[in-house]
Amino acid sequence: MDTFLQNVVNALQWGSFYALIALGYSMVYGVLMLFNFAHGDIFMVGSYIGFFIATGLISLSALGIISLPGWAILVLTILLAMLLTSFVGVLVERIGYRPLRDAPRASAAITGLMIGIILETGNLYLLGASRRKFPEIIETNIFKLGNVSLTNTKIFIVIISLLIMIALHQFIQHTKWGMAIRAMAYDFVVVPLMGVPVNAIAALTFGLGSALAAAAGVFYGMAYPVLDPYMGIEYGWKSFVAAILGGRGSVIGTVIAGFLMGFLDIFVATYFPSTMRNLISFSIILVILTFRPHGFFGRAYSAQLRL
Amino acid sequence: MGKTFKFTLISLIIIIAFLMSSCGQATPQTIKIGVNAPLTGDIPKVGEGSKYAAEMWLEEVNGAGGLEIGGKKYQVELVIEDNESKAESAVAANTKMITQDEVLIIIGPQASKQAVPAGQVANDNSTPMISPWSTNPNTTLDRPWVFRACFLDDFQGPAVANFVTDEFGFTKAAVLYDIASDYPKGLAEFFKSAWEGLHGAGSVVAYESFTTKDTDFSAQLTKIRESGAEFLFTPQYYNEVALIAQQAHQLGFDSPIMGSDSWGSAELVPLCGEDCYGQFFTTHYAAAGATGATKAFIDAYTEKHGYVPDDVAALTWDAFNLAKQAMQDCGTITGDIAADRTCVKDALSKVTGFEGITGTMTFTPGSGDPSKCAVIVKINDKGEFTFYKQSCP
Repeated sequence: MDTFLQNVVNALQWGSFYALIALGYSMVYGVLMLFNFAHGDIFMVGSYIGFFIATGLISLSALGIISLPGWAILVLTILLAMLLTSFVGVLVERIGYRPLRDAPRASAAITGLMIGIILETGNLYLLGASRRKFPEIIETNIFKLGNVSLTNTKIFIVIISLLIMIALHQFIQHTKWGMAIRAMAYDFVVVPLMGVPVNAIAALTFGLGSALAAAAGVFYGMAYPVLDPYMGIEYGWKSFVAAILGGRGSVIGTVIAGFLMGFLDIFVATYFPSTMRNLISFSIILVILTFRPHGFFGRAYSAQLRL
Repeated sequence: MGKTFKFTLISLIIIIAFLMSSCGQATPQTIKIGVNAPLTGDIPKVGEGSKYAAEMWLEEVNGAGGLEIGGKKYQVELVIEDNESKAESAVAANTKMITQDEVLIIIGPQASKQAVPAGQVANDNSTPMISPWSTNPNTTLDRPWVFRACFLDDFQGPAVANFVTDEFGFTKAAVLYDIASDYPKGLAEFFKSAWEGLHGAGSVVAYESFTTKDTDFSAQLTKIRESGAEFLFTPQYYNEVALIAQQAHQLGFDSPIMGSDSWGSAELVPLCGEDCYGQFFTTHYAAAGATGATKAFIDAYTEKHGYVPDDVAALTWDAFNLAKQAMQDCGTITGDIAADRTCVKDALSKVTGFEGITGTMTFTPGSGDPSKCAVIVKINDKGEFTFYKQSCP
């Protein structure tokens, strides 16, 4: 039982990253009907931006130039990383995708792959191949509930991730911009004809998605403090699967699918040899898709699919 | 008329070029040595150490006017290829250096994952290769052209088992290793059989694996914690060790963690921090407290590059000097690349009592593996690698 609960805690943290990254995929897919394959690398960029902000703020306060407590540095790091990374996301949309808005979808898909590779190798060129250690912003405290080990960072990561997801859900459900996003996801051929500005909505979804990926990047750095330029690839494609599984444009579905991904990873490795991790979890997802081809909360669509 | 003239001119140029190139081959003034190193990819620090050691050696040799073989001095040229820490790129790099650059000998690759397949290419093409750091038996097995400058996993696995038994008196061990990589997988198996030989079947209470690029080990470490193991043996590379040690502590596993020579990178402590303090690993040399030629190398390297060289750099240095020794034993470099390669290979297999900076090495004909001792290092409270014990075959 203790082992089970411990693994639930492990899976909640692990699933938060998938859920946060998957939301970015899902929104862009919902609004523009394209897969931003560079999104995993945006997560990497967010993590590196967080690394530089945190390292900078920590050395500034060590020098006595600013005096900030650890939690303030943490909050600043998260907010600044989200802000700066959302600019990167908007830039990617402006440079990479907008010129190809009316091109075949396959061209947009390879654009994503290319931007991803440019981000990875650009990072490799600028910062070198050495791993970076994400600094310890707040001291990690380990405490035990029965036989279940918890750390303050783990709890922080899960709770803040959930709060961010709830905030996004509220934004999409209860604001005018959110309504525009939902409308685009409903029918992106007719809705722009009604006067919804496609370019603004596209920039907004890329910015929001990138900000979420940056939050995931900073949290990832806190939990797994070894950063490398290729860290986003596997997360990218696993979160992409979660985004499709959740259903096009559905926040709740994507979050559930992201956590499901995390639980599958952890529990398959618990009860089977870990080499079977991807084999078993993807087989399960394949079965789910057979019965729910549009994902958990996706609606059927036909004419809009312009592949 | 114009066409004929042009044709004649071009033919002339081609003939002259041919004559000049064949002239160059008859009496070679330079010796080419290939380096196959992971400059990018998973273990870039290993690649950096190899490259720096190779360049330092080159500077020393060429600074002295060249490499003296049979009373004649030759300039040495390095061909450094990046294998991106991938098996297929290491194979491609070896093929290129052997056929295109026509190197006399190859130093590298370092990790067994690349050295095992790349060794096959060297052996098939009759080119001597010395892997400084690859400890997997398959690298040199049945390959007369492939050598190494380090001990083997089938020596290192039992060395860890014996040390832990003698030092702590533990009887229950846990192992966590990457099943998709030759080096950790081989070492985990050698350790397991040695440990079970000492403490009976079932004494390895948790034998957990993961696959390359995994960063979350919480499921496996939870199982290890529940298994009641008294220590954890994890023969992983430094970037994974940092994550494993931290996650083990966060899950409440406070028993010792023991490692192998793959831990011995200058980047381990910066990445791992306090989670690695007090842990042990087996390796090829310990920088703290070194003397003689070893100290001279460490000082020169530290002054030039700003950090203490790790074992990869030291072993690469030794591999170059082994190559130098073999070339000098050869007596003459003819310029016929096939004959020279054969001569260097034969000389290498006869090297005895070679005084390297990582210990004394002796090769026996018919095997590419030297006989040498292992060092057990403790990471102290300042994060330095300190000599703890020696373990000899």
